[in-house]
Amino acid sequence: MTTRVCIKKTLTSGNRRFNLDISFASSGYYTILSGPSGSGKSLTLRCIAGIETPDSGQIEIGERVLFDSEGRINVPVRERRVGYLFQDYALFPHLNVVENIGFGLKKLLRPLSGQDKVKIAELVEIFGFKEMADSLPRDLSGGQRQRVALARALVNHPSVLLLDEPFSALDHSLREKMRAELKAVQARFNIPVILISHEPADIRAFEGDIVEYSGKGAAHKNSSSGTGLFSISGYSTEASCQKIRH
Amino acid sequence: MFNVIELSPLLITLKVAGLATCAALVAGTALAYALSHKSFPGRDWLDAFLTLPLVLPPTVLGYYIIVVMGRNGFIGRWLEQYFGISLMFTWQGAVIAASIVSLPMVIKSARAAFEGVSSDFENAARTLGQSETSVFFRVTLPLAWRGILAGAMLAFARAMGEFGATLMVAGDLPGRTQTLSLAIYDAVEAGNDTLSMQLVIFTSIVCIIMLVFSGRLLRTEY
Repeated sequence: MTTRVCIKKTLTSGNRRFNLDISFASSGYYTILSGPSGSGKSLTLRCIAGIETPDSGQIEIGERVLFDSEGRINVPVRERRVGYLFQDYALFPHLNVVENIGFGLKKLLRPLSGQDKVKIAELVEIFGFKEMADSLPRDLSGGQRQRVALARALVNHPSVLLLDEPFSALDHSLREKMRAELKAVQARFNIPVILISHEPADIRAFEGDIVEYSGKGAAHKNSSSGTGLFSISGYSTEASCQKIRH
Repeated sequence: MFNVIELSPLLITLKVAGLATCAALVAGTALAYALSHKSFPGRDWLDAFLTLPLVLPPTVLGYYIIVVMGRNGFIGRWLEQYFGISLMFTWQGAVIAASIVSLPMVIKSARAAFEGVSSDFENAARTLGQSETSVFFRVTLPLAWRGILAGAMLAFARAMGEFGATLMVAGDLPGRTQTLSLAIYDAVEAGNDTLSMQLVIFTSIVCIIMLVFSGRLLRTEY
């Protein structure tokens, strides 16, 4: 499955301007967005998820076009089927662990179907949440919160998992554990992962394609530090956008 | 201690303030949601307009209500013509006056409560396949309801104490439109110290209770 992103977006706040001009294509399991803070990595993830709308460009995941400014395609967030792990996890504070995990399956005013309950129980089992099923997020540790957020993001079978600095809030020993957990999740659910990280340890651990952001928000060509199995592409914007258009 | 005539201001007040609070709660929540979540031209002006009842003298509000709802007002004339009803000097008119004065209480509290809900929660719900209606009822409202309810309690206290606009719109008809605050005025004017004392203490106690409970609601839960 190839993920193609080629977007431009300008943000203005007061008299400050920020230009995001990024394009990359990645067919690996892992894509790592790396670079200084404020270079537009989070904004890129938000554009892929549909939370923000780019000014122009295209976003494709596999065969699905999520956004195309020329074709006037802008799939709403709820139909994009992306799993998004927010930096502070954004677990619903009023819902317990099981309700958080099952959130994406429940429809307003409708009880969960038996099938959905089985799905939730499965995730609870996989992640080992049985003992804390009734706990509220405020009673969980940082690592537990992140695992709940990960399980919640997986419940709708997303076609891509977007992780915004997933390990930055965790201490060292926990980071190792969570990297292993993420790898296990990726293998089990077989979905591509795009994650933001500054950590060399993450880049080593995930052997993915690396998209390097400069301070100005543009991406540069960079070779993969991994096995070389996955192609890395950091075309200039024009070339990449044309490539996407065919 | 209370005979029927003396009890009627209480009942009228509860009826008027209760209905006015319900109206202000529904309209105020919807308006606060729009003000906090949508950006549209003239939002600041709408906000200022909706805050007016908080700062305008009640007599000015009463005048506006008479101009709009009175026999010659454009809504008043329409009501008279098609339904044969007039709101002037009725308890329903008092409800309208009270809901307009208490509306800003709900809007201010509800808007602060809505803005206190991190957009990450709402976006997380959207990435989990939820429609905007679902996001509102499953995330935004459950996280904001305490602030909204606190606003409704302040609105009730304000509606209960409404005097000026009510007097102009609904008059001071004992047993029909005479609310507590109007009854207190009459009792003091008539030199009925016992009655005015009773009504004043009752009103103060209800308002204290409302303030304590709305304060408790505003303490953060999570």
